[in-house]
Amino acid sequence: MSTWDVSSLDEWKSDRFPLGAVIPESGNSRDYVTGGWRSERPVRDDVTCTQCLICWIMCPDSAINAEDEKVTTFNLAHCKGCGVCANECPADAITMVPEGCDLPEVK
Amino acid sequence: MPTQKTVAATGNTVVAEAMRQCAPDVVAAYPITPQTTIVEEFAAFVAKGRVHTEYVTVESEHSAMSACVGASAAGARVMTATSSQGLALMWEELHIAAGMRLPIVMANANRALSAPINIHCDHSDIMGARDTGWVMLFAETAQEAYDNTIMAVRVAENDDVLLPVMSTLDGFITTHSIDRVELMDDESVSAFVGEYVPKYPLLDLENPVTHGSFAGLDGPFFEFKKAQREAIERSRKVINDVGAEFSKLSGRPFGMIETWGMEDAEVAIIVLGSTAGNVRHVARGLRDAGMKAGVVKVRCFRPFPFAEIAEALLGVKAVAVMDRAESFGAEGGPLFLEVRSALYDSSERMPVIDYIYGLGGSDVKLELIESVYKDLTDIASGVEAPAGLVYLGTR
Ligand code: SF4
Ligand code: SF4
Repeated sequence: MSTWDVSSLDEWKSDRFPLGAVIPESGNSRDYVTGGWRSERPVRDDVTCTQCLICWIMCPDSAINAEDEKVTTFNLAHCKGCGVCANECPADAITMVPEGCDLPEVK
Repeated sequence: MPTQKTVAATGNTVVAEAMRQCAPDVVAAYPITPQTTIVEEFAAFVAKGRVHTEYVTVESEHSAMSACVGASAAGARVMTATSSQGLALMWEELHIAAGMRLPIVMANANRALSAPINIHCDHSDIMGARDTGWVMLFAETAQEAYDNTIMAVRVAENDDVLLPVMSTLDGFITTHSIDRVELMDDESVSAFVGEYVPKYPLLDLENPVTHGSFAGLDGPFFEFKKAQREAIERSRKVINDVGAEFSKLSGRPFGMIETWGMEDAEVAIIVLGSTAGNVRHVARGLRDAGMKAGVVKVRCFRPFPFAEIAEALLGVKAVAVMDRAESFGAEGGPLFLEVRSALYDSSERMPVIDYIYGLGGSDVKLELIESVYKDLTDIASGVEAPAGLVYLGTR
């Protein structure tokens, strides 16, 4: 999470903003929640899954969590529902299912 | 005091020389007439080891400026050069360089834009870039092109500015004519420009930063633009200070405008770039014949010297603006619009006539300039000024 204090951003004047919109830290795209763009979510079937990790490699948003070299869950705060993982899975273990209207995970 | 060596050289040669003396870390450039010899001669300096620059050959100007933006964000001192269609191809990166507050210095060989295809001098290319947020300097001579290039580095890298700067010279007329130029010794230039210490270098791994981020609807995009405006306003003082410091070193005067005969001028021509010399030459002759003719040469177009121009024109009865670029459908060319605006707040508003001249390198004969002064004298003595702009010397 961000270490850059922007809590009073709304009161900032132009001279308070860092030069040229530089953010004085890196890796902050994790703070940018993109899961709300999704209309379908990936669902993995643990029985069919061979744990080849191809989906984990291919996900353009690094939104597939893995632990001990095994795929665990989808990071639904960042998964955009592109379906790349489902398409690439050699075991057809991922299905894309339509999202409902409320997205509790994103909040 | 620096040692100065007098040489006979083209504008492009001395711009390449100035670039070598400023020792940029990175130059990314693509050749285009009439800028080519700048980057060609600079490439030769790199090949011979006379400057230690990472020279990036790219496949287009779009890539050239993109590479410059990346290198500058990484923390390098970056310089490049372009012209005409090349500058036009850089359009989106020009805004990015300014918005990211990257102090890139670029020479532009002023040239017409197609169509029809034309490789000769006018200011259509550079005027198309006037709202990109770059500081813009104009050179009359090869000497000024050399001086401006060196000063540009100091202006761009100044903490109060941190904006990219374009140092422009007129295609062929200044880029390719051999001129008398005084070059400073390497040590003096290097001491003058100093070392560049970047504020937020991407390559500082101890202090990682993010460049090129997003500022959307609720984001502070508006405030960043305001900060950019504040920076270019602050650059006025910096340009004058750097100019004064450089003048002391070089013995050559610098001002955002340069006036000739304006103390008691009744008629005056305002002009940018190489034509200023011809205008002065004509004015001198007319003065000898009794006409109170004056000249205002604009050396810095962005930020525009409104106050200086309004002050220089006090007491003048009729003014001609010479525009080497069109702004189709506007009331006049780009320089005219600025000058008329500068006079709005002035206590005196005299007739101002816009002359569009020299597009695509068409000849600026001395008789044409003389005819402008004659028109002005008539207008000053009560003859009605032409309604709308005048194309000077077209068939
Ligand atoms: S749907 Fe796309 S974003 Fe989501 S986990 Fe699969 S590959 Fe990643
Ligand atoms: S690609 Fe398919 S089989 Fe391989 S780890 Fe992902 S879900 Fe499992």
